[in-house]
Amino acid sequence: MTPAVEITGVARRFGSVQALAGVDLAVQPGEFFGLLGPNGAGKTTLISILAGLTHADTGTARVLGHDVVTDYRLARRSLGVVPQELVFDPFFSVRETLEIQAGYFGLRDVSAWIDELLHHLDLTARADANMRALSGGMKRRVLVGQALVHKPPVIVLDEPTAGVDVELRQSLWAFIRKLNAEGHTIILTTHYLEEAEALCGRIAMLKAGRIVALDSKQNLLSSFAGLTVRLTAERLPEGWRSRVLRAEGRSHLLSLADYAELERLLAALREHAIPISELSLQEADLEQVFLRIMARAH
Amino acid sequence: MTPNFGSGWLTLFYKEMLRFWKVSFQTILAPVLTALLYLLIFSHVLESRVSVFDGRVRYTAFLVPGLVMMSVLQNAFANSSSSLIQSKITGNLIFVLLPPLSPLDMYAAYVLGAMVRGIVVGAGVLVVTVWFAPLTFAHPLWAAAFALLGSAILGTLGLIAGIWADKFDQLAAFQNFLIMPLTFLSGVFYSIHTLPPFWQGLSHFNPFFYMIDGFRYGFFGLSDIAPGVSLAIVTTFCILLTVLTLVLLQRGYKLRH
Repeated sequence: MTPAVEITGVARRFGSVQALAGVDLAVQPGEFFGLLGPNGAGKTTLISILAGLTHADTGTARVLGHDVVTDYRLARRSLGVVPQELVFDPFFSVRETLEIQAGYFGLRDVSAWIDELLHHLDLTARADANMRALSGGMKRRVLVGQALVHKPPVIVLDEPTAGVDVELRQSLWAFIRKLNAEGHTIILTTHYLEEAEALCGRIAMLKAGRIVALDSKQNLLSSFAGLTVRLTAERLPEGWRSRVLRAEGRSHLLSLADYAELERLLAALREHAIPISELSLQEADLEQVFLRIMARAH
Repeated sequence: MTPNFGSGWLTLFYKEMLRFWKVSFQTILAPVLTALLYLLIFSHVLESRVSVFDGRVRYTAFLVPGLVMMSVLQNAFANSSSSLIQSKITGNLIFVLLPPLSPLDMYAAYVLGAMVRGIVVGAGVLVVTVWFAPLTFAHPLWAAAFALLGSAILGTLGLIAGIWADKFDQLAAFQNFLIMPLTFLSGVFYSIHTLPPFWQGLSHFNPFFYMIDGFRYGFFGLSDIAPGVSLAIVTTFCILLTVLTLVLLQRGYKLRH
């Protein structure tokens, strides 16, 4: 089967910064795929190359088998992208914005689909409002509408819920899930890791332009099944600092292999007379997996 | 919902027209008023002092086609350049870059949009100034040809400026240090035969001069240069700029990183 997205050996340098250092990735049709990584990891550069906004130095990118450079018309027609930045054209209303975007893709008579989009994005009441008059969350939803207006089989969402309130976020995800159930391939980047955990079947993690993890969500969660301990103490004994995933003031988030290791940690704290003011165990979730992978990847 | 391959440029062209139409007070009425003020002031001051085409044409009548063409050129440039730079700076150019529009699609849409605005403003200037001087339309097709080519050239220059500029400052420099001097020194307000020989010679290197002179020929049947020569020069200039712009768009220069 032709992959929905196929990226082979893609590298891109901006001056002295190696934004992407040889990325290979394939996303199958119908997948809900997560692309995660810290700021500057290369996620947006990768999406930009896929969308034809940036040229790769080396490597190829294909959407449903169409090369994004040599066969760009079919590649772009197959792809819908929700950009990260909150951009809009201040001259037009919401409906005009969607009609114009559909027209760029050669589509006419799309009023029924636009009405449906407006309904799902809870924008029907603001359809004739100028884009300038919308809140940030509404503008974000119009961006989603623009990406979907030509019914692309592959949809890339680059931080789609930033600035969107919780209720609308839920309705947006319900709509995206519906599209995924209808066969659309979804590629999601987000900083809300609980969203990625709830939605994505497979996940790639990027760091410094390289893929450092690529697996199903279940495999990622089970491969990092150790204990995560949050404790509040003045300091940690020597030899335990390498286990810290995150530290904020006196609060430390540690990654431990098992309960025996927790017992050794407590013994070391007693031995060094370091009092604990708070201690809690946390179940493994995607955020902890992400933090551990990022901590060990160089 | 069946896609019509290759028709996206029509929407971009429509969007470009809708964009200036929505602010028509600024994009159409204001330049018409400016041209009218030029006519009132210059004709009042110079009507009795300047003789053009050996006195066969009144100065005010001579001025009208010049002002019309100047408005066509300046507004065609303003449309494509401001549309592109605004889209670049606000980031909404991404909506044009993501769809399957070819370099030729983008070129055609932006330049045709610029031509429409230039010609609409030029027609407006003609309508409000024609009452001040008796005009003839000796060769209207020649006038139309130069108006179309001139607006296409300035629309293309606007596109190049919009692609090249990263901020409004740079666009203003392009406009103030290149477009404006070339327009004002092109014979809008005078016949080059009234200039000293050095400046006459220099004027022949200004492509805008041929556009204005050829356009004026369409009204009076009189020109500083044979209209066929002007048409050939203007057409060649238009083709060269078109090729340059298509190369820039093909490479994604300053548009696609």
